Amino acid sequence: MSTDSKEVLLKMRDMRIDGFSDEKWHEIIKGVDLTLHKGEVLGLIGESGAGKSTLGLAAMGFARPGCRLTSGEIWFDGVDLMKESEAAKQKLRGARIAYVAQSAAAAFNPAHTLMEQTIEAGVRHGLSSPDEAREDAKKLFAAMDLPDPNNIGDRFPHQVSGGQLQRAMTAMAMASRPDLIIFDEPTTALDVTTQVNVLAAMRNAVEQFHTAAIYITHDLAVVAQMADRIKVLRYGVEVEEADTQTMLTDPKEEYTKSLWSVRSIEKEAESADDKILEIRNITAAYGKVPVLKNVDIAVSRGKTVSIVGESGSGKSTTARVVTGLLPQLEGDVLFNGDPLPPKLKDRSRDQLQRIQMIYQMADTAMNPRQTVREIIGRPVEFYTGKRGKAVDQRVKELLEMIELDESFMDRLPGELSGGQKQRICIARALAAEPELIICDEVTSALDQIVQEGILKLLMHLQEELGVSYIFITHDIATVRAISDEVVVMYQGEVVEQGGKQEIFSEPHPPYTELLLASVPEMEIGWLEKTLTTLGEKRAAMG
Amino acid sequence: MTVHPVIRTVLQRLALGVMTLFFVSIVIFSGVEMLPGDFTQAVLGQAATEETVAAFRRELGLDQPAYIRYFDWIGGVVTGDFGTSFSGRAASGIDRSRDVVDLIGPRLWNTLFLASMTAIVAVPLALFLGITAALYRNSVYDRVVNATTLATISTPEFFVAYILILFLAALNPIFPSLANVSPDTELSERIYRSALPAMTLALVIIAHMMRMTRAAIINLLASPYIEMARLKGLSSTRVILFHALPNAWAPIVNVIAFNLAYLVVGVVVVEVVFVYPGIGQLMVDAVTTRDIPVVQACALIFAATYIVLNLLADIISIVTNPRLLHPR
Repeated sequence: MSTDSKEVLLKMRDMRIDGFSDEKWHEIIKGVDLTLHKGEVLGLIGESGAGKSTLGLAAMGFARPGCRLTSGEIWFDGVDLMKESEAAKQKLRGARIAYVAQSAAAAFNPAHTLMEQTIEAGVRHGLSSPDEAREDAKKLFAAMDLPDPNNIGDRFPHQVSGGQLQRAMTAMAMASRPDLIIFDEPTTALDVTTQVNVLAAMRNAVEQFHTAAIYITHDLAVVAQMADRIKVLRYGVEVEEADTQTMLTDPKEEYTKSLWSVRSIEKEAESADDKILEIRNITAAYGKVPVLKNVDIAVSRGKTVSIVGESGSGKSTTARVVTGLLPQLEGDVLFNGDPLPPKLKDRSRDQLQRIQMIYQMADTAMNPRQTVREIIGRPVEFYTGKRGKAVDQRVKELLEMIELDESFMDRLPGELSGGQKQRICIARALAAEPELIICDEVTSALDQIVQEGILKLLMHLQEELGVSYIFITHDIATVRAISDEVVVMYQGEVVEQGGKQEIFSEPHPPYTELLLASVPEMEIGWLEKTLTTLGEKRAAMG
Repeated sequence: MTVHPVIRTVLQRLALGVMTLFFVSIVIFSGVEMLPGDFTQAVLGQAATEETVAAFRRELGLDQPAYIRYFDWIGGVVTGDFGTSFSGRAASGIDRSRDVVDLIGPRLWNTLFLASMTAIVAVPLALFLGITAALYRNSVYDRVVNATTLATISTPEFFVAYILILFLAALNPIFPSLANVSPDTELSERIYRSALPAMTLALVIIAHMMRMTRAAIINLLASPYIEMARLKGLSSTRVILFHALPNAWAPIVNVIAFNLAYLVVGVVVVEVVFVYPGIGQLMVDAVTTRDIPVVQACALIFAATYIVLNLLADIISIVTNPRLLHPR
């Protein structure tokens, strides 16, 4: 975390990058300066579309297909990459500058073992012989805290977990001992409980080899653990830059402050005795693989129940059972006190109408060829029997509810922003006039500021319409913001459930303890502090 | 339960292949059964009396009910006996007929020879062209290769054949325009005489395979692991050969299998143009003379070719998929 040598490693001057969309080139990075010293970690933050990744890749002299570096200077250790030949840049990439991608599962080639891919760059650049590289990789695997470091390299990417892959990718980047590593959202795809360890492994590696790094993320709490300095980007322009401490405690710009204050929604938790949905002792399986074991969950009318847990914990499967997509093997789902038929096709239109669903990826949940009018109008016709002008009128009302005006009626999903798409999905669910809406990670794919808007909208709709929510998420901040009651799931079982206050106060069962402790906090030194206590918590889980 | 999943899948596919072949045999038999016309009448002519026709039918076994004839036939096939050809028989009772196996054997060998000769050249060439076109995509080379192969695939095969004859046999007498081979033709002579039909077939199938290879590879170039490979500073050749190609085998192999099957079952036009004594011509002749045992045997061989080649393609797709080959 120190910058003892003030020698400059990378210097970008007035960097400008174009991106191709809608049949023409647009400037997406508009004259950004960036300076990085040897051994220093710079955090690059901003919302999606801010140009973080594009700028990070430009540090390697690389532009993705559909992008082009138009002007500026990229001085890396005395040479301007803008003027270098492709061959010269190839020599640097993988040797002196390495890249760690967002999704390790996608960035590892499924056809080759981890070892082949880890040593590939070093061997191809002639930095070491295959045998030396293999021995060294084993040491790196060990340093990255991977299990069985001597043999894990013989495995294929699909044979190890996501957290392990992300660590192996850091080892791969380290293999040729680069001067600079670009970390591009390396922990975004991981569960919080896995994230902590990966973060620690990456920080140790960077410190041990005195490597400089650019750490790209949208998560402020994460960047606070990793970076010496933070640069905030928005719309391809720098907003501000300062050392981490100053940035956290004393941000200058309004935009930065707004990023910092997103997690400020808080709602008073209430409970009600009137239960709209009761899941009783549900057991379910995919084929022969059991996924839910004796799950009991109750949802109060007009309230929000959050189901929280890591991937594979059974959150979404619970939703599939409630909606009838996956009939349970045992147990009952009671809706307004009456049991729902397990299979979707046995449910009446009335039963279907009362439970609606909103998905994580608004993009894929809408037909790209249908206009907003058709997308929202269809359930209006189907469930309420309205026709012609009455449908249009209702679509207009629904658009008003989600705070969009009627000019959106004839747009296609492709013409909407991520937040607007999710709003359309909310309107589509509301069109059925449901009593219960299941929200499956509805804000996970959105930027923090947009998330805040969606969450506020959902809360507002609840007050107005009295609709109940099951809110499935892995994000503790979201849970804190909107829940009345919380259910913690782990490996297909309910670990703890109760009112929000109850869940967020001691004592916890061991898993809840671990989950809550793993959520990064915006505080320098949180990572060190947490690592020691987390070890004990994991041990407590057995 | 300790059987490796790949072996289990392969065995399953094999069993499925045998089942398919069995169903196809029923379809073939029923299809031939439904053909209009009758061999006995075709041979004996309009003037034959009811009695002679009935006697001839009895001799050929055509008086039996269809299901008995089916089981007779399929029972023979399983033991390698495809029956006796109808041709060579006459109402006079003189029987110069031959076993179907003897009739088809040399023809099938000729067809397989031509198919192998074409495949040995065409498959590697198509892969090479496809890979290099992907490597230098959108370059002049890529466009020339694409346009040329598109032209050859869009031209009817008999036309390609006559063009080749015109330039390589008529105007410049390099190769013979007639590919008449017999069992005692020497190998080198055989290759020489089969050169033009082989070239024609190669031109027809290369385009398909080359374009699929190119598309399958380019399809993968947008994958994050390809970007990762580029960011490791690897050369384009290495990126394509080591990172893209191993993941592109499944679609490529399927197209290769499809084209190899075509080389065996779909080449009758080319055989006719070059008067090449292959199995396609034999089947067409057998259909015209209502020689049912030969038609059925040819159809079954064609079906088996498709099934075996597709089975092979499936197996290769499975084996090149690390998720299946190396389970968790």
